Amino acid sequence: MDQNKKLELSKFAVQIRMNIVEQLKTFGVGHIGGCLSIADTIAVLYGDVMKYDPQNPGWADRDKLVMSKGHAGPAVYAALALKGFFPAEMLHTLNQGGTHLPSHCDRNKTPGIDMTTGSLGQGSSLAIGMALGDKLKGRDSRTFLICGDGEINEGQFWEAVMFAGAKKINNLVIMVDNNKKQLDGTTEEVLNIGDICEKLKAFGLDARRIDGNNIEELYNSLKETGTNGKPTALVLDTVKGKGIVEVENTYANHSMTVTKETGDKWIAELQAEYDRLG
Amino acid sequence: MNIVYTGKNDPRTFKEVASETIARLVEKDPDVIYLDADVMSCIGTLGWAKTHTDRAINCGIAESNMVGIACGLSAAGFKPIVHSFGPFVSRRVFDQVFLSGGYAKNDITIIGSDPGVVAAFNGGTHMPFEDLAMYRAIPGATVFDIADPNMLESVLEQAVNLPGVKYIRTPRKLAATIYEKGETLPVGKAIPLREGTDAVIFASGIMVHEAMQAAAQLEAEGVSVSVVNVFTIKPIDAETILKSCEGKKAVLVTENHNKFGGLYSAVCEVIAGKVSANVGCVAVNDSFGEVGSVGYLQERFGLTAASIVKTLKELL
Repeated sequence: MDQNKKLELSKFAVQIRMNIVEQLKTFGVGHIGGCLSIADTIAVLYGDVMKYDPQNPGWADRDKLVMSKGHAGPAVYAALALKGFFPAEMLHTLNQGGTHLPSHCDRNKTPGIDMTTGSLGQGSSLAIGMALGDKLKGRDSRTFLICGDGEINEGQFWEAVMFAGAKKINNLVIMVDNNKKQLDGTTEEVLNIGDICEKLKAFGLDARRIDGNNIEELYNSLKETGTNGKPTALVLDTVKGKGIVEVENTYANHSMTVTKETGDKWIAELQAEYDRLG
Repeated sequence: MNIVYTGKNDPRTFKEVASETIARLVEKDPDVIYLDADVMSCIGTLGWAKTHTDRAINCGIAESNMVGIACGLSAAGFKPIVHSFGPFVSRRVFDQVFLSGGYAKNDITIIGSDPGVVAAFNGGTHMPFEDLAMYRAIPGATVFDIADPNMLESVLEQAVNLPGVKYIRTPRKLAATIYEKGETLPVGKAIPLREGTDAVIFASGIMVHEAMQAAAQLEAEGVSVSVVNVFTIKPIDAETILKSCEGKKAVLVTENHNKFGGLYSAVCEVIAGKVSANVGCVAVNDSFGEVGSVGYLQERFGLTAASIVKTLKELL
């Protein structure tokens, strides 16, 4: 990977994290852990891998993202604002009545959000339909699906994966944000799902496990996919709350209160990281 | 509107009409795509589907996934038609239809076959008496209860091009002809089938035939009864319903569905406070389904012409 590209995407990831905190700080509370764990993936997707046009969010030939763990909407909003889909000031409206930025992703409200999600598991089938539709229409487009590791407790995910493998939807990229925690505790203690990567392989997917907080690994894994005719599956080994020490070290970090004071402190921490990168 | 009802069965089954119409719609419009959950054989599409694999997709026995994929296809610019037995494309997939369909504003046409007692020998597990209630509760949904094969053809042709969630509940076997083949039955319009002066019966689905039989019997006994086929359960044709109630002493609603949440509820919502007639229903009285022949089950749940005659006389 080109080192300038790596630096650019690393800095973009930090900016996304700052925008996440900015949104949650304004509202006072939110799903910070799962937004931070997926921030590097979002940075690589919107910073380089995906093709899209902020001036024409409905462009049919674009690549699509389905954030099936819909509560990580603020991580996507952070990137969309930075890429010019909407003004940065809109980030301060998260969850306010009448907002275009609801807690969970809504394709009818937010420019650049490709699918409505929130009821866990449903995004997986929707993404397959979108990818299949693009194939049938002859579009050179990929659909990227992001699921939580807790989310895949849902049976619908496994129905969807079975279909994707059997029907060889190779313009689909499934990513499982394996940050090892769900709302009530660790994924191991709530419902131990075992080896996700082996399960996905058994369903006919080209699955591998990568460091989901490593820009270079993400970039190399996402740049080209599906060439062997199979859907790609990446199990993203991530840290819930990644990038802010205090959040990483908080056990119950699925949703946290973010006061103005703590928010400012965390943004300063991220700014220092941004400056360190140069 | 040409009403050709004589009480005799239509030469075509619903299954024949459904499969022919789906194939025609798909072949005519490259955006129409058909998905099924391993019951293509039951609706007559299997042979055709095997020769149209890019527009006829068997999703296996996974209805939730099928509905989600259909909604994703809608987002990609397609007009999906999905089919399975009524209970499996209503209560089993309600959250998927509600959110991935209605809430996300994806357009999806859903055919639920063999509703209510028509499920017959498949028994209580396969016998939805609540599907209309569920679909009616989805904001903006369009909901149909099909009465004859010619109606199925007309409704399918229109529904596939309508926005939002569309639910079509239809039998698969034979039923009496009511409408002429090729007739367009406009979505959202209730259709008066016969005029009377004493009472009006609002009927949908298989109960239209029973209502017509009951009206003929009542007429022989000197009671003059209108029959109106309310085939679009939502949006309901309030204008025709209120007009049909004018001057009537009794209003009876009949449906192959629980009396809670279906056509009876919909009609009551329209006429509440506006009609002075006695109002009642011939519908399933808050029961689960069970196994048996259609005839047995109609008797068992009181969904017969005789039951309509008896109830209407009580209302009068």
